[in-house]
Amino acid sequence: MSAVGDIVHMYREMRRIRAFEDRLMDLKAGGEVPGSMHLTNGQEAIAVGVASILRPDDYVTATYRGHGWAISRGSDLTGLFAEVMARSGGVNGGRAGSPYFSDASINFLGENSIVGAGVPIAAGAALSAQRHGQGQVSVVAIGDGATNQGAVHEALNLAAALTLPMVLVVENNIYSEMVRIKDMTKIDQLAIRAEGYGIPGVTIDGNDPHLVAAAAAEAVERARRGEGPTLIEAMTQRLVGHHSGDAQHYRPRGEVAEAALDEPLQRIRNAADAALLSELDAVDAEVAAEIERAVDAARATELPDPNTAKDHVYA
Amino acid sequence: MPDATQTISYIQAVQHGLRWSLEALDDTVIFGEDVAVPGGPFGATKNLHRDFGSDRIFDTPISETAFLGMALGAAMTGLRPIAEIMYADFMFVAMDQLVNQIANTRYVSRGTYGAPLVIRTQQGYSSGSCAQHSHSIEAYIAHTPGLRLAVPSTADDAYQMLRAAIVSDDPVVVAEARMLYPTKGEVRLDAPVEPIGGGRITREGADVTVVAWSRMAAAALEAAEELAAEGIDVEVVDPRWLAPLDFDLIAASVRKTGRLVIAHEANLTGGFGAEIAARAAEECFRDLRAPIARVGAPDVPTPAAPALQAVVIPSAADVVSAVRRVVR
Ligand SMILES: Cc1ncc(C[n+]2csc(CCOP(=O)(O)OP(=O)(O)O)c2C)c(N)n1
Repeated sequence: MSAVGDIVHMYREMRRIRAFEDRLMDLKAGGEVPGSMHLTNGQEAIAVGVASILRPDDYVTATYRGHGWAISRGSDLTGLFAEVMARSGGVNGGRAGSPYFSDASINFLGENSIVGAGVPIAAGAALSAQRHGQGQVSVVAIGDGATNQGAVHEALNLAAALTLPMVLVVENNIYSEMVRIKDMTKIDQLAIRAEGYGIPGVTIDGNDPHLVAAAAAEAVERARRGEGPTLIEAMTQRLVGHHSGDAQHYRPRGEVAEAALDEPLQRIRNAADAALLSELDAVDAEVAAEIERAVDAARATELPDPNTAKDHVYA
Repeated sequence: MPDATQTISYIQAVQHGLRWSLEALDDTVIFGEDVAVPGGPFGATKNLHRDFGSDRIFDTPISETAFLGMALGAAMTGLRPIAEIMYADFMFVAMDQLVNQIANTRYVSRGTYGAPLVIRTQQGYSSGSCAQHSHSIEAYIAHTPGLRLAVPSTADDAYQMLRAAIVSDDPVVVAEARMLYPTKGEVRLDAPVEPIGGGRITREGADVTVVAWSRMAAAALEAAEELAAEGIDVEVVDPRWLAPLDFDLIAASVRKTGRLVIAHEANLTGGFGAEIAARAAEECFRDLRAPIARVGAPDVPTPAAPALQAVVIPSAADVVSAVRRVVR
């Protein structure tokens, strides 16, 4: 892939996530999305960068802010729209909704609405990858705040002790819901915790998908070689509230506007020449059309059949 | 002091209760996720940090095990902590501290240590809430000896029961109902602090007793209105506390009406309704003129889709049909 093509690919994937979520906000305003959503707006480069170096048979586990992780792994947009819109065509038939869906067809083990709970689960996927010996890795994303959960400490230590092929990606967007991570821990860089587990830890700029891809490639190769887990701390900012109804009264004035100047999509546009810009415009138009098709297809699916409400509790 | 009685929302009543505790008791400290400067994820602690400062109210990391354990250690050594677990579902993350540590403290120390602490949380479903944000946890808590459990269903109870919990020398879990937060009612802000425990008859009736708590207490009243139009006279009992349970109140009502329906939002199997039904069968067998009926969610995790939620979340209509079954 040429360098330019590569940028365009990254841009397209990030735009798909952004457009998906922007469209969801419209649908929510129109009453088509029940409950709240946690958007990854501004953080797309992390999922896209990591996904760009993964194999289809690798495992991914995310947080409730997981739309981008599923999309970057190739989950069907119609199924995702329908899931968040609580329709039968949803990837989980509307049972999971925005914060808790999974997609077995792409080895996406699921989002998790319990902060930090995904890391032990990802360690389990890494254990099975290790046993199966096919060189698969297990990638798990958590937020900065989640690094303070007991489950995360226990799972990282366990994964390190068993030399499991796991990569922990900390999406450090500065805030854990309404408080700043710097007020909740004495360390400036969360990556230095890795040392306590005897594994490598790096802090990177999470708004550049290429940098993310490079760091992820190193960690994933290490895991595939059987050398154990790595912790990657990717610095970013969310351009929206913690959840879709968050008025962000806790954020200083101007913070979001400033972050918007350096968000991943804008960054690529800022550095682009005229030829690339017109290519990016074309991508935007294509993605917009793709999103509309997916929304129409999602809407065309029925509401879930009430008679199925008790299905799938047991095998 | 504001007017003695005000019409305010359930969540504002909680806020008043917390403010009261900070004013009345020097040893109260409040902590949890997002409770201080942000004023609480649901606004329960609005302005309290401004007025009382970080010594009395502060944010914790997202570390439920750590901060419930911290509440215990602080309570054993002279403070009166009020810890907030944002959604009841997250209590499970810290179940060791709750069940093995906090609940056992008084008993195993033969009373030389106590755990006078409050854990506030909110429970139940809401539209689109997923299976990890919808649990009704009362049976898990009430099953554990050593814990007290409040399930307030009105704004006034939210205020009075929280204050009772705070002055109690036992560990108390106050499980509020998220769906009731906006509901308004008269709150007696200067009422004397109640002791822990005690249910209430919220509607008198002659034909059938409906015991219901939390969100279902209001649903039971709604059902009673509908049934009254059919000539069925429902008595509604809100136990308010599940530990200690005011079973005498329930028994007296069952003796009067001869019929019993129990309604809760939690799953049926092993739900707290089963406990009340068992005790009624033991203690009121000869007074019962019909089998006891229970209303609860089927044994299914809560789905996110409203179309599916509508099937599994109990409503006033479910109470109506259960009552019709037992009076037929
Ligand atoms: C165990 C648990 N505690 C609390 C919560 C409530 N909660 C949901 S998101 C969140 C903040 C998480 O912050 P972070 O890990 O930094 O992720 P971000 O939302 O910033 O992506 C909290 C406290 C939860 N879902 N699970």
